Amino acid sequence: MNVSTTAAAQRKVLPGFGLTMGYSVLYLSLVVLLPLSALLINSTGLTWAKFWDVATDPRVLASYRVSLSTAAAAALTDAFLGLLMAWVLVRYEFPGKRIFDALIDLPFALPTAVAGVSLTALYSQNGWIGSLVEPLGLKVAFTPLGITLALMFIGIPFVVRTVQPVLEDLDRDMEEASATLGAGRWRTFLRIILPELLPALLTGFALAFARGIGEYGSVVFISGNMPMRTEIAPLLIMTKLEQFDYAGATSVALLLLLISFLMLLVINTLQRWARKGSR
Amino acid sequence: MKKGIKKGLIAGFTLLLTAGLTACGNNNNANNSANAATDAPEATTAATNAAATAEATKAPAKDPVELLNVSYDPTRELYENYNKAFAAYWEQETGQKVTIKQSHGGSGKQSRAVIDGLEADVVTLALGYDIDALQETGLINEGWQNKYEHNSSPYTSTIVFLVRKGNPKGIKDWPDLLKEGVEVITPNPKTSGGARWNYLAAWGYALDHNNNDEAKAQEFVQELFKHVPVLDTGARGSTTTFVERGIGDVLIAWENEAYLSIKELGPDKFEIVNPSESILAEPPVAVVDKIVDKRDTREVSEAYLKYLYSEEGQTIAAENYYRPTLESVKEKFKDQFPEIKLFTLADKFGTWKETQEKHFNDGGIFDKIYVPGS
Repeated sequence: MNVSTTAAAQRKVLPGFGLTMGYSVLYLSLVVLLPLSALLINSTGLTWAKFWDVATDPRVLASYRVSLSTAAAAALTDAFLGLLMAWVLVRYEFPGKRIFDALIDLPFALPTAVAGVSLTALYSQNGWIGSLVEPLGLKVAFTPLGITLALMFIGIPFVVRTVQPVLEDLDRDMEEASATLGAGRWRTFLRIILPELLPALLTGFALAFARGIGEYGSVVFISGNMPMRTEIAPLLIMTKLEQFDYAGATSVALLLLLISFLMLLVINTLQRWARKGSR
Repeated sequence: MKKGIKKGLIAGFTLLLTAGLTACGNNNNANNSANAATDAPEATTAATNAAATAEATKAPAKDPVELLNVSYDPTRELYENYNKAFAAYWEQETGQKVTIKQSHGGSGKQSRAVIDGLEADVVTLALGYDIDALQETGLINEGWQNKYEHNSSPYTSTIVFLVRKGNPKGIKDWPDLLKEGVEVITPNPKTSGGARWNYLAAWGYALDHNNNDEAKAQEFVQELFKHVPVLDTGARGSTTTFVERGIGDVLIAWENEAYLSIKELGPDKFEIVNPSESILAEPPVAVVDKIVDKRDTREVSEAYLKYLYSEEGQTIAAENYYRPTLESVKEKFKDQFPEIKLFTLADKFGTWKETQEKHFNDGGIFDKIYVPGS
């Protein structure tokens, strides 16, 4: 094994690579890989043709489109908002900052179904916000916009919590140097700060995005679940299970998983590249 | 593989094993102490029983038994009341204490939970299809539907309309749902058992009014679903959409759900409209044969379902807005349940299996309603 020979060749300060690696492999298999392989085994009742049929059904394709586009839109918005929130939390002092900081994690703790129900109550046509914007022609609940809002809610902590520590560690000297060399604030931000933050920001984006693709609980209430329009892929998995069609459900899930994995891989590569660029 | 990695793996396994073993050990302890706790009162009841039998009549006390009734969402209140009544009846009959645990959720989801290992002694679900699925896995013997009267449906219901007070859109019957500007709320038949009854009620009505022309019925139902702005995943979700969110002009609902909504929210806001014709919804019950044999609870489980047909069981069902099947109780509640022309699933559609395949499975008629170009 290539890694281990180089690891053995260089003397490490702390020993124990083998032992910790062993633990990691074992626990990764038990906690992550085992359930995923159970998913694969569930699809064994499935021929390629059937898998393909299920996976390329127009309704299934439409649901992928809805899931991926709303998750991407939500993660992108979260990346901007999250950066802003992290910035405010790190760079400024204000009364109630601790509370503000603690509030950010709440979407993690709240059961997603509760989030879905309360968001729907807010944005439906007789809700606080819905009753204000609907007369203006903006329908939120039961449209892709509503789904995006729900996904933004559950995704925002990911971005804030990945960007915040990096921002805290950022060297102020560089900013000051940039300013003394005559760069404007905007230029300092773009050239000095943003490159440093980019890897963390991409991680936050990727996490929020991945979470959004698989999200079910908060979305089913606000989406309206209209086939071809606001039906998300996880819901189609549920409808297949309702027909006791485990194999069909698995094929939708597998393709979804595959797409997500590929996208996460791309984002991870981007992140590496960004890190290299900034160092 | 490097030695260290192997060591790590072995160490990891040992750690897990010990963790597992200690967990088991704890379990055993917990069981033991639980037994000890229950043993003590039993001893005292045995003593009092011994004293009682000296002068009285009852059969010797048997060990207390616990049943699990896996049911669907809107039967929660019904079974809370019924379980108390049955426990009292059973103790009086046999001297045995019985506690019944309830589990509620979407009908299909509940059925899957039982397939996946939830040890239900009895299932009381929304559709025969969900019990058929249990039969297919061998948990329930064939012919379950003929084991009890009325297709093993002790109580029935039907599909009615819930409209806002004063019925502003003037909805009286199925064709009114297709009128311009009427918004209809019904859950998704692919995820909700109850919604399948809604869909079939509309379909059956259309068949009857178009000389059983299937194409016309499909057109009718397709048109109906164009009036549906939101498809919730379950019946309760739809009720929330209609009642709390104020969306839609009419909610297609089970009669018992409609009554419950009115009871909870006050009769000043909603009213029930009975269509001229609807479907007889038959939520069936069955004993889970494999599990009652394993847990040795067959006798009490069968009695539990049978008692649903008794005067008392029927009354409780009627009080919870399910239509009773026993004539005497029917008579008593006839003001609550107006006569509607009702057809059964068998009348118009055949078995659940056929119905499911034709209408609701992937590629079925319901899917075609939504695929563009059809």
